[in-house]
Amino acid sequence: MSTEIDRRVRHFIEENFLFREDRAAISDSESLIDAGLIDSTGVLELVGFLETAFSIQVADADIVPENLDSIRTIVNYVESKFAMAAAAA
Amino acid sequence: MRVEQFLRDSAKRNADKTALVAGTRRLTFGELDKLSDRLARTLVARGVQRGDRVIVFMDNCWEAVVGIFAVLKAGAVFSPINPSTKVDKLAYVANNCRAGALITQARLLAVATEAVAEAPSVRLAVVAGSGQEPAIAGGLRFEDAIAESIGRTAPERVGIDLDLAMLIYTSGSTGFPKGVMMTHQNVTAAATSITTYLENTPEDVILNVLPISFDYGLYQVLMAAKVGATLVLEKSFTFPQAIFQRLIAERVTGFPVVPTMAAIILQMKDLKPGSFPHLRYITNTAAALPPAHIGRLRELFPSTKLFSMYGLTECKRCTYLPPDQLDKRSSSVGIAIPGTEAYVVNDDGTRAGAGEVGELVIRGAHVMKGYWENPQATERALRPGPFPWEKVLHTGDVFRSDAEGFLYFVGRKDDIIKSRGEKVSPKEVENVLYALPGVREAAVVGVSDPILGMAIKAVVALAPEAALTDQDVVRHCARHLEDFMVPKFVEFRDALPKTESGKISRRQVAEELLEAAE
Repeated sequence: MSTEIDRRVRHFIEENFLFREDRAAISDSESLIDAGLIDSTGVLELVGFLETAFSIQVADADIVPENLDSIRTIVNYVESKFAMAAAAA
Repeated sequence: MRVEQFLRDSAKRNADKTALVAGTRRLTFGELDKLSDRLARTLVARGVQRGDRVIVFMDNCWEAVVGIFAVLKAGAVFSPINPSTKVDKLAYVANNCRAGALITQARLLAVATEAVAEAPSVRLAVVAGSGQEPAIAGGLRFEDAIAESIGRTAPERVGIDLDLAMLIYTSGSTGFPKGVMMTHQNVTAAATSITTYLENTPEDVILNVLPISFDYGLYQVLMAAKVGATLVLEKSFTFPQAIFQRLIAERVTGFPVVPTMAAIILQMKDLKPGSFPHLRYITNTAAALPPAHIGRLRELFPSTKLFSMYGLTECKRCTYLPPDQLDKRSSSVGIAIPGTEAYVVNDDGTRAGAGEVGELVIRGAHVMKGYWENPQATERALRPGPFPWEKVLHTGDVFRSDAEGFLYFVGRKDDIIKSRGEKVSPKEVENVLYALPGVREAAVVGVSDPILGMAIKAVVALAPEAALTDQDVVRHCARHLEDFMVPKFVEFRDALPKTESGKISRRQVAEELLEAAE
């Protein structure tokens, strides 16, 4: 499952943020902010994508760099939401 | 008064008080004063002279604040440039003002190096956060430029308050940015007036996420130094939740926003009314807030005063709405700021009556001295006023006033688009589009957007053999333009509508899009 999440998150970031810059790839752990790839409206787009693509609810308190600043943290975050949903079910 | 005196006076009054919080770095007024003294001495020793222009090409970091005051202490003129600026434009600005030096940071070194290579006037480049000797012409590490060995004595005081303090480049309808000339007197007048109506005191803690290359962000630095308040500097509003935590942790009392930030705040799902009991005021400028947003902001921030304001770089700030008027006229941007006049004129220059639509004109000590080496544009903006001894500022903004003299924004006289609170010249974006092989015709217009205010849309006709996608167009723009100028939407057409004289009609494109949206 996580490779599927990883693939979709990476695809979204490449399609929406990465193509603007003169670079072909981004590593899993690279900070999206430090790389200049994401701004406040970009974060809104990212949150909208996560909520639709993975049918999760992203709480305001979750919209922090610790969850959303790299592909790896985003994937971990989505997985933790799935784990919480599974535990609650 | 000269602007560096703001800092000197605050350091003298209260050297140990926190002046600046930037990330994990905290500087007292005494430290900020001392560090900027050292950098000023280094600048002078390296050849920066009174009146020289020095570019500050940095994001919101503590070194930028030190840099700004150091340039002024050296008697020179600073020009803050947005950190997302690309090589061509940075080189254009450096050449336009014949900058003698540049202060930047390691993250931006690649762009700075290429731009400096095209700008022979730049002899010195101070680089913050650079591990080794920066590989740029005239390179010097920021850390070395503020080293303790430079000594304690303040640099020799040079200059008077009629000298230029800063050049702020702003988008022009021609597509080339113009440098707005502000003297120390202009800045002091604006800062005094604004801190008066905001009732700022040394007890204030102001949190600024707006770029300090943008005059609204920059003035937070200058005004905090003037009143001796603490400034919390953040790099962006990318993660609002992190900013909210900061507002609480630092007991912030003043929070400047633009409408895009307000729209983002209002999208938050879990924000509880009254979460920020210390927050004394929120200011909004750059574009009017929709009345619905004002209402919801007031519910979320019940004990916070909300100031709707309006201004342009050419005089910093024009008007503000006293918060007690919000209920009565929420769509008004208010009255002239203290010590100035703002009024509406008809096409023949006579004053318009209540309800009549005309151009907004500004009188006051905050009005710029003109555009750097651009007498034609200066003549259009600064025109003879009611008195023979002065010129007044014609804003290019269309306004009306109500029976009690409160002012309302109606629109722009030119095609300038306001997106994310920043001015975008359609011509500047179109010039970049035409540089993309395959683009035959282009028109750039603003389309209404709930978050951005206006979003930039490029309408393009391609040459027959060209096969460009919208991503190709956006990527090309992102390589040559600041982030806020990059089109959000691209539409391809076979041909663009023309005027009778055969020119592409941007207006007609905009009208068609507006009709299609309705």
